[in-house]
Amino acid sequence: MPAEPLADRALPLPDVAARPDPAARGRRLPVVSLGIITIFVLVAILAPLLSPGDPGEQSLRNRFKPPVWMEGGSSRHLLGTDRLGRDMLSRIVWGSRVSLTAGVVTVLLASAFGAAVGLVAGYHGGTVDAVLMRVTDATMSFPVILLALILAVTVGPSFTNVVVAIAVILWARYARVIRGQVLTLMGLDFIAQARIAGAGAWRIITRHLFPNTLNTLVVLVTLQIGYVIIVEASLSFLGAGIPPPTPAWGSMISEGREFVTSAWWVSGLPGLAILLVVLAFNLLGDWLRDTLDPKLRQL
Amino acid sequence: MSVPVIEVHDLRTHLVTRWGTIKAVDGVSFSVAEGETLGLVGESGSGKSMTCLSLVRLTPRPASHIVGGSVRLDGDELTTKTEAEMQRIRGRKIAMILQDPMSSLNPVFSVGMQVREPLAMYHGLRGATLTERAAALLASVRIPSPAARLRAFPYQLSGGMRQRVVGAMAIAAPPRLLIADEPTTSLDLTIQAQYLGLLEELQDRHRLAMIFITHNLGIVSRICDRVAVMYAGRIVEAGPVRRIFTAPAHPYTQALLESIPRLGARTERLTAIEGQPPDLARLPGGCSFAPRCPQVMDRCRTEAPPEFEAGPGQVSRCWLRAPAGG
Amino acid sequence: MIRFVVSRVLQSLVALAILSVVVFVLARATGDPLQLILPMSATPEEYAEARHYLGLDRPYVEQYLSFVGRAVTGDFGNSLRARRPVIELIQERLPNSLRLAAFAMGISLSIAFPLGILAAVKKGTGLDRTAQVIAVLGQSLPTFWVAIVLVEVVAGRLQWLPAGGNQGFTSYVLPGFTLGWFVVAGMMRLLRSGMLEVLDSEYVKLARVKGVVEHRVVWMHALKNALIPVVTFAGIYFSILVTTAIVVETVFAWPGLGRLAYEGISSRDFPVIQAVVLTTAAIVAVVNLSVDCLYAVIDPRIRHAR
Repeated sequence: MPAEPLADRALPLPDVAARPDPAARGRRLPVVSLGIITIFVLVAILAPLLSPGDPGEQSLRNRFKPPVWMEGGSSRHLLGTDRLGRDMLSRIVWGSRVSLTAGVVTVLLASAFGAAVGLVAGYHGGTVDAVLMRVTDATMSFPVILLALILAVTVGPSFTNVVVAIAVILWARYARVIRGQVLTLMGLDFIAQARIAGAGAWRIITRHLFPNTLNTLVVLVTLQIGYVIIVEASLSFLGAGIPPPTPAWGSMISEGREFVTSAWWVSGLPGLAILLVVLAFNLLGDWLRDTLDPKLRQL
Repeated sequence: MSVPVIEVHDLRTHLVTRWGTIKAVDGVSFSVAEGETLGLVGESGSGKSMTCLSLVRLTPRPASHIVGGSVRLDGDELTTKTEAEMQRIRGRKIAMILQDPMSSLNPVFSVGMQVREPLAMYHGLRGATLTERAAALLASVRIPSPAARLRAFPYQLSGGMRQRVVGAMAIAAPPRLLIADEPTTSLDLTIQAQYLGLLEELQDRHRLAMIFITHNLGIVSRICDRVAVMYAGRIVEAGPVRRIFTAPAHPYTQALLESIPRLGARTERLTAIEGQPPDLARLPGGCSFAPRCPQVMDRCRTEAPPEFEAGPGQVSRCWLRAPAGG
Repeated sequence: MIRFVVSRVLQSLVALAILSVVVFVLARATGDPLQLILPMSATPEEYAEARHYLGLDRPYVEQYLSFVGRAVTGDFGNSLRARRPVIELIQERLPNSLRLAAFAMGISLSIAFPLGILAAVKKGTGLDRTAQVIAVLGQSLPTFWVAIVLVEVVAGRLQWLPAGGNQGFTSYVLPGFTLGWFVVAGMMRLLRSGMLEVLDSEYVKLARVKGVVEHRVVWMHALKNALIPVVTFAGIYFSILVTTAIVVETVFAWPGLGRLAYEGISSRDFPVIQAVVLTTAAIVAVVNLSVDCLYAVIDPRIRHAR
């Protein structure tokens, strides 16, 4: 076959079909998102140090104090107080612990289990795959909140229940996506070569398949943390999440429900906190996806 | 034979990317007559595809645009037409066959739908007549059982078959000019020859002017009447096929021809062209091939050479061909 | 195609069967309902009598089988709390939920579709940027927060729209909007990214080369392909819709299935819980099945692959 001197030279050129992206700031490091996440993570970890007061300390004399920048506010309660006179700043600081921990732990559990299922299903194919995928599909369509509510009423609301309830449904998503990826990988030559070289299932899965799915996992995990935080907050809002007296953003919003137009900060500030954290995670996840694995754009 | 169907003069197309502005097409001129096939040869990035996309004004938007030059189809200037006017020219007067038939056919529509569409658009056919003509069109590109094939979907066809479907769509009008952008690159070797034969047949039947883009010199020698060799957005040599092969007049062309290993010739190593392909965003002043040219002179690095006559019907953009004293 | 549909239906049935077992077990796990029904002073004999009357003292397998047997005919027993056939409760509440869900989906799709497609076609413009902001916000704002703000501000303070109740069309707006918000964001992003990818494809390029008019290129050649990922996710989004509905119905006091679930769980009403979960699962299964069929209609490769 004649040597082809012309083809396939790697060129320092963009694909001719590429357009310059006016929103090219998406390519650069998402500093703002990372910053926000770092701040909240630090706040969560250092809560005991950063919290100006005791989040549970009630003071009926100091009810509904507005934040410091409004009339009637004071520097003793930078973000005001709630219905029972508890310091909002302390509650939000402590609440970050709940939300962030719930988000991270749940997603890690779900992703570990889901990825394992996806890897196994994709690798073995056939009946194993079919069965696992039916289970996955059935799980995926079960409403998370229903399960959480049931657990909350059975065993009683608690942090563990929230994590379990969400993780038990969430893993299915990972399984589906990872399985899809594995199916694509299985068609590639390097897997066949590993087989020919005598590698067994375990080795192929851990050494060859899994590392190639890491990119996808990282993107998915980041994108899902935000979602889980919202679900946890919804559960706390309904009373099926983290029980009092632990401050949780969702239950704080629920408590301030009737005062949205008067003492707006009671519901507004925790809501804002949720928005900031989730937004940061979502934007970070988007950036990661664009950088690591653009084919995942559907997620 | 000598009335040109398409005349391109000093065409320039710029592409704006985040690495800078690329002069994808930098002063390209050529013409193709009825029944004639012009081969456009060059490396990836040399500008061959962009040139042809510029002819139909389908270069990637909004990043690129034609900044100068003229394109005349049967005497009609194309660069100043409105988008609506261009739409009526595409497919009807100028048709294109793209490289990979798997990706150039829409996977969710049947073959029949995709073949009927141009027939309905160009000839206003409907209903049973439309279907009959579609089947006839498939038959004309030697697709067996054409009526049944109409109901098939692209993924059900082989590569060669798909490329024939694309060919059928291209000659639906039939057009004045057919541009084939590496149409056989993704086909099996045995199918390639058949497909080339089909293209020649279609050209004869419809008196098409054809531009054939390729990086394969073997195909050029088989199917082209004339060749234009492109490098870094410019045509560096052009002329009749026989002359280019037997008496290349540009160091780049010479290097290309030399790097094809020949049966029987005993050489120890395959020759490749020295150096790296050019970074089109940062072209050096002077001749763009100078950094890699084995016969480079001082003048080449500072002054870009114009086209010089290098033989009957042959031009070369090289200072070596400058007439003595020039 | 028939084979495809039949096999999917069978799979759904299997899934539902598994789910019924799970539901049965979980419902039993919510605790002893008798403690909520009988007064505190009830004697052990009264407990035993009540247990026998309600059939709660039979072996589990027997309870399960009779539950399934009757469920298939629509008999879910009587609500322990309301003393009425559960099926009646469901018949009252389900239409409300369905109407709200349909309204929400309707609005969401009619906003998400054009916006997502246009954002892709006009990539980089103000419209695109706005659409992206809406999409990201939609997926970052907690639904219940939006819900209570709307209830208190729009319905309470400003009195522009009612917060639920049945004042005709306007009652649907606030809860429907809250419910659909998340879906709008998600769908819009899917469509946008799907369209962007498709618009860059070779076959779209060829369509333009053929001289096809641009709006046909976008709305026919490109869109049909871009719908594939959207349809794939439609099923999941519906599930999320169902989940969100529970919160929304609670906040807006909407008399639907979601609220029935919440009430049932709080009062440990087995029959109600079982019925609600199964009905929901059946609906979700039907939706997923339709989505799969729709997927097969759009993408011919799927129909023939099975």
